[in-house]
Amino acid sequence: MSVTTPSLSDSLAARTLAGRHRLRWWEPLPWLLALAFYFAFPRYLGFGTEVLIMILFAIALDLALGYAGIVTLGHAAFFGAGAYTVGMLAKNGIWTEPITGLILAGIAGGLVGLASGLVLLRTAGLTLLMLTLCTMGLLEETANMAAEYTGGFDGLDSLPIKPLFGVFEFNPLYSNTQYLYVLAVLFICFVFVRTLVYSPFGQSLTGIRENMLRMHAVGAPVRRRLVICYTISAALAGIAGGLWAEANAYVNLSTLGLDRAATVLIILVLGGYGRLYGAIVGAVAYMVLEHYLSKLYPTAWQLGLGLLLMGIALFARGGILGIWEALTRRPDRSKPS
Amino acid sequence: MTALLETRSLSKNFGALLATRDVTFALEAGARHALIGPNGAGKTTFINLLTGVLAPSSGDVLFKGRTINEVEQAERVKLGIARTFQINQLFRGLSVLENVYTSIAERVGAATNMATPAGTRRDVIEESMALLERLKLADVAHRTIAGLPYGRQRLVELAITLGLKPEVLLLDEPAAGVPSAESHIILDAIDALPKSIGVLIIDHDMDLVFRFAKKITVLVRGAVFAEGTPREIGANAEVRAVYLGQATHGS
Amino acid sequence: MAVIFDIDVASMLLGGLAAGMVLFIVSVGLSVTMGLMGFVNLAHGGFAMIGGYVIVLAMNRLGLPFVIALLVGFIVIAAVSVVFERFLYARLYRASELDQVLFTIGLVFVMIAGVTLVVGPETQPLNLPAALQGQIDLGFMTYRTYSIVLIGVGVIIMLGLWLGFERTRMGAQIRAAVDNRRMAESLGINITRLFTITFAFGSGMAALGGGLGAEFLGLDPQYPLKYLVIFLIVVAVGGLGRITGVFYASLIIGVLDFALKKYLPQGGTVFIYGMTILLLLWRPQGLFGRAP
Repeated sequence: MSVTTPSLSDSLAARTLAGRHRLRWWEPLPWLLALAFYFAFPRYLGFGTEVLIMILFAIALDLALGYAGIVTLGHAAFFGAGAYTVGMLAKNGIWTEPITGLILAGIAGGLVGLASGLVLLRTAGLTLLMLTLCTMGLLEETANMAAEYTGGFDGLDSLPIKPLFGVFEFNPLYSNTQYLYVLAVLFICFVFVRTLVYSPFGQSLTGIRENMLRMHAVGAPVRRRLVICYTISAALAGIAGGLWAEANAYVNLSTLGLDRAATVLIILVLGGYGRLYGAIVGAVAYMVLEHYLSKLYPTAWQLGLGLLLMGIALFARGGILGIWEALTRRPDRSKPS
Repeated sequence: MTALLETRSLSKNFGALLATRDVTFALEAGARHALIGPNGAGKTTFINLLTGVLAPSSGDVLFKGRTINEVEQAERVKLGIARTFQINQLFRGLSVLENVYTSIAERVGAATNMATPAGTRRDVIEESMALLERLKLADVAHRTIAGLPYGRQRLVELAITLGLKPEVLLLDEPAAGVPSAESHIILDAIDALPKSIGVLIIDHDMDLVFRFAKKITVLVRGAVFAEGTPREIGANAEVRAVYLGQATHGS
Repeated sequence: MAVIFDIDVASMLLGGLAAGMVLFIVSVGLSVTMGLMGFVNLAHGGFAMIGGYVIVLAMNRLGLPFVIALLVGFIVIAAVSVVFERFLYARLYRASELDQVLFTIGLVFVMIAGVTLVVGPETQPLNLPAALQGQIDLGFMTYRTYSIVLIGVGVIIMLGLWLGFERTRMGAQIRAAVDNRRMAESLGINITRLFTITFAFGSGMAALGGGLGAEFLGLDPQYPLKYLVIFLIVVAVGGLGRITGVFYASLIIGVLDFALKKYLPQGGTVFIYGMTILLLLWRPQGLFGRAP
């Protein structure tokens, strides 16, 4: 005989899990702010475009690092792969249409990610970290060597990117088209990542990050999931790289180096990894600070950055959003994933 | 009775250390089997060999008559072999519900879905909550593992494994750390399992072992020392000597 | 013709061995500490750099003789690293790999910025004492004295370390802890103290390598980042915690680098990276590491 009990799925836990993906009131804000920026600061759209691109790059890294727990210092390999794909195709007049060029950049990044992921993700820890550095270094040196195709150290400039939809030209001085274009691409990619992260697949990535042994013990095909995640992350990084090449109308080795890979890692950690919005917070905070400080006092900037990183590693592992959560958290709440 | 999971002359050595010695063992469908032995007898090593965490040095592990030596851990789970760990292996940053959800989602194949939110799989949520209810964990379903008392965490460990609906269930000291007032929850949960499941328990709590088991295997220094019904084992003077020689505790 | 070819090959080998010895001396500390504690220390190159600066500046600005300067460098860096280890690194032993990476990258930045602020961004020259300059007659050829000395020094250090590891109790403890930390702890070995000592010694060695190798690797603020990947490669290829492994890996990479510079000037680094990837795929534990 069954007594009518309230359905178990009405419990707090079930409701929290069921509603985790629902849009919160503040989620449209970053996008509205980004649009407002377009109108409010027309002279800074070049800078704004760079920030948006780094946000996308950081989101890509967050998938691999924040959600799946793959510690990598070589993510610029995919960024550069995308950038050089656009650059080389455009410079040689083979392909200059921006949107499809971007798709090709994403494919290039994804292929490099798939190839390296299949091979590297058999290892872990220091070995994996070092192999990500090697892969990126491999691409960087190859780009340096194949100067005929890649422009070598100087890179390729004055890329003849066609106007968007044949109408909106990429203005090198004011970057207005670039800004809106990148914002639109970023928005689409963000929606994609947000969906992925809240899906059961995304949940399983968190499981892999939290306890890989347990994931094996519940029958999850861990390595396959990691490779898929890594490939998607690489494709998104490739798109970011492609955007960079299109927006700047040039590409050079800076898209492939340790400097860029370390910067995106710092950005993500500063904002808070594994939190979806950490990439946005981190990119804005870092780029703004860098824009003002690093040119004035480059050495002091590096010193401050180093101290900041050490501080984060010791005291504030969750970055800015982590601090925010700690300040605003109510006790006994199920941790938002 | 057909053997679901069996080993034939299974051996494992780490260098000079013989952890498992020529063990031939069978777990039938419907078995309620206990594996006991003094500390260091190699019981957990044996479970690791059964589940694929370790590869044998020689001998075979078979599932339903088929050799599975080369089959990886996750694959064995898909075949129907599940285990709990001696030390909890949980997703510490997630809630209790999310822990069980992860396990059930893998079983029903929901985890490959990249497009719809996890929260919309009401069936998985319902099943998770029902399982938690059975293990008296429903009231803490929303809490993160890290904040739970150890005994409760142990029950979550069991819940994750039960969520896999295995045909073979290997429990490594399931009651360790659970307050004795609550250890009946574990036995009740096992009693509620389908009769066709084969269950192997490792434990030091002799009350639990004798209440649960229909067959007991005694492992000493990696080899099978004795095997029989609880009555036979209880009356076996040699077994008692082995245990008295190594003062065992019930924990 | 054969004689000329031999001399070319010989000189390439000798140069490569000398460079390899530098790599070895710098990296051996990193290998042991990584093998012992599993701590990802990306700042190791920073200790090498700062040690190199101390040595070179002691010679150039304080006029200390070469060998004394080397000693000073070793001791100063070893002492400084103990402070770092006890007060900072020790807090992160149980931290995630990412936190260790972040911390040590931050530390590298601080080191680079610090050196730039205090000394300046220029490369520091190593002024060798007269005795070590010039060429030495080897019988079948003459070669740079300093390179031969480096090879000799490297072999002596290698033998000294090997003896230390194989014959002393502390060496045995380190080897045991590298093999199986938990078991070593349960045997009563004080891992924390062991690690502090190894860390200090390893950093001191790095300082020596930074100073001795100032010509081969240069000495400028970008040093730690420039050579980060190479040090990691040498350690991973050799096998974590294996002195013989680091030794052979360093020599192989040193010789390869020299050979490639000569015969394949553009593709050298690519080859080394590619080879490392292939090797670690085939043998993730490195050439001499213990199989997982």
